[in-house]
Amino acid sequence: MNPEKHARPRLAPGCRLSEPNRAPRMLQMPERALRLNGPSLEIVERCDGRHTVQQIISELQKIYSKAEPERVEKDILGYLALLQEQQALEFTVEDAAEQK
Amino acid sequence: MTTTIPTPLALIAELTHRCPLHCVYCSNPLELQSRGLELSTEVWSRVLREAAEAGAMQVDFTGGEPLARPDLVELVRAARSAGLYVNMITSGLPLDERRLADLVNAGLDHLQLSFQGLQEDAASEIAGTRALEQKLQVVRWARAHRVALTLNFVIHRQNLDRLEEMIAFGEESGAGRLEFAHVQYYGWAFANRERLLPTRDQVERSILLLQQAEARLRGKVRVEYVAPDYYAKYPKACMGGWGHKLMLITPTGDVLPCHAAQVIPGLRFDNVKNKPLREIWDSSEAFQKFRGEDWMQEPCRSCDRRTQDFGGCRCQAFLLAGDPAVTDPVCTLTPRHLIVEEIIAAANAASPEVPAAKPDWLYRPNPA
Ligand SMILES: C[S@@+](CC[C@H](N)C(=O)[O-])C[C@H]1O[C@@H](n2cnc3c(N)ncnc32)[C@H](O)[C@@H]1O
Ligand code: SF4
Ligand code: SF4
Repeated sequence: MNPEKHARPRLAPGCRLSEPNRAPRMLQMPERALRLNGPSLEIVERCDGRHTVQQIISELQKIYSKAEPERVEKDILGYLALLQEQQALEFTVEDAAEQK
Repeated sequence: MTTTIPTPLALIAELTHRCPLHCVYCSNPLELQSRGLELSTEVWSRVLREAAEAGAMQVDFTGGEPLARPDLVELVRAARSAGLYVNMITSGLPLDERRLADLVNAGLDHLQLSFQGLQEDAASEIAGTRALEQKLQVVRWARAHRVALTLNFVIHRQNLDRLEEMIAFGEESGAGRLEFAHVQYYGWAFANRERLLPTRDQVERSILLLQQAEARLRGKVRVEYVAPDYYAKYPKACMGGWGHKLMLITPTGDVLPCHAAQVIPGLRFDNVKNKPLREIWDSSEAFQKFRGEDWMQEPCRSCDRRTQDFGGCRCQAFLLAGDPAVTDPVCTLTPRHLIVEEIIAAANAASPEVPAAKPDWLYRPNPA
């Protein structure tokens, strides 16, 4: 199931990035952790409750401008779905009134 | 053959042995340490930094009851500033909403709350005190303060027939993770084993129910369970291997490779008050003794599973067979498995409803 593009993902309680001074960077979760490399770290850093899925896609398409944009989008949606499966994300969707 | 020394992944910090509960299954050692001998805030703070520097990613604050330490908020802050993921394993007593908020603000990442059952009287008999009401309160506070929550149910002969109720409660509780742990027979649980060891029917039914719950709740609530040791075909990979992933520090500062390691006669432990943690991990006698494979005897020595289960638990080998260097008697490949078979046969001779021959529980006391 792909997340909706106007939803804003943020890390669920108990899930957070390891401190920047500790390598390798990890997404730490209750009783487990995911190792993050370049793109996955870029994605998780943007799961802050402010970026929409669409904004994450656009920003990463700029960073990885040599890659095909459709490919980048597909990878991001896939990774967000994986995080969702891990119960690492919460999505907020504002109603229309708030968007004005 | 030399054994390469791995990096520790997590530190289990037993802050105190004091505890307001008296659980008959408590895995703490029979010899409990008193408050006067506990490490100070300063020493714990240094040790947390040393653990992070040695490579640990996480600290589990446990005990005894970690909430019995008045400096817990300070220790959570120290762990976070050392760069650790902070987990607290707790009975939920003594706690009020204000203190929980302080712990969360100090950087507590995750809270694991243990239950003795959901029937007030039955749970109180196991805990030796009334605690259920407070635990239900803690679940509500944890939700209100958005702290990640695991519910831990220790399951055994006396409460396995109410497993459905625990699963249903956990599902609706708002917890992200449910842990069902069959009792492991160390400390007070070893002393109360006759009344805790389930029948084979109870075990088989529990595994089926938990597998179903795990599948049904996937993506919603994580359901995990600790297998019933004595009924397994192969032993558990105790601590992920001796001196391989985890280390435990006792309330007085001794560094142990396994919760129960102090039962092994003659094993010498180093103390964080006298040596840097990394040095203890790398070279203390207790860690070197059973690290890697050099110590193994047959059938482990030539068995393919030795890289997965490391020959089982050294403390259990000592408790059951009287020798910490033999294959864990839980393993069906060793002739010593007969010891476990006899224990199991006794547990299955009567049904769980029949009162046990040994009528009295041995309750874990609260040290001064
Ligand atoms: C020793 S307790 C200390 C922390 C706290 N007092 C508590 O009970 O949650 C640590 C964890 O081990 C569990 N536990 C205690 N004795 C056990 C045993 N014999 N077998 C399996 N789990 C046990 C507890 O439920 C708890 O989750
Ligand atoms: S008596 Fe119960 S609550 Fe106290 S430390 Fe042991 S398991 Fe935890
Ligand atoms: S013989 Fe040893 S290594 Fe093989 S399964 Fe049994 S305990 Fe594990």
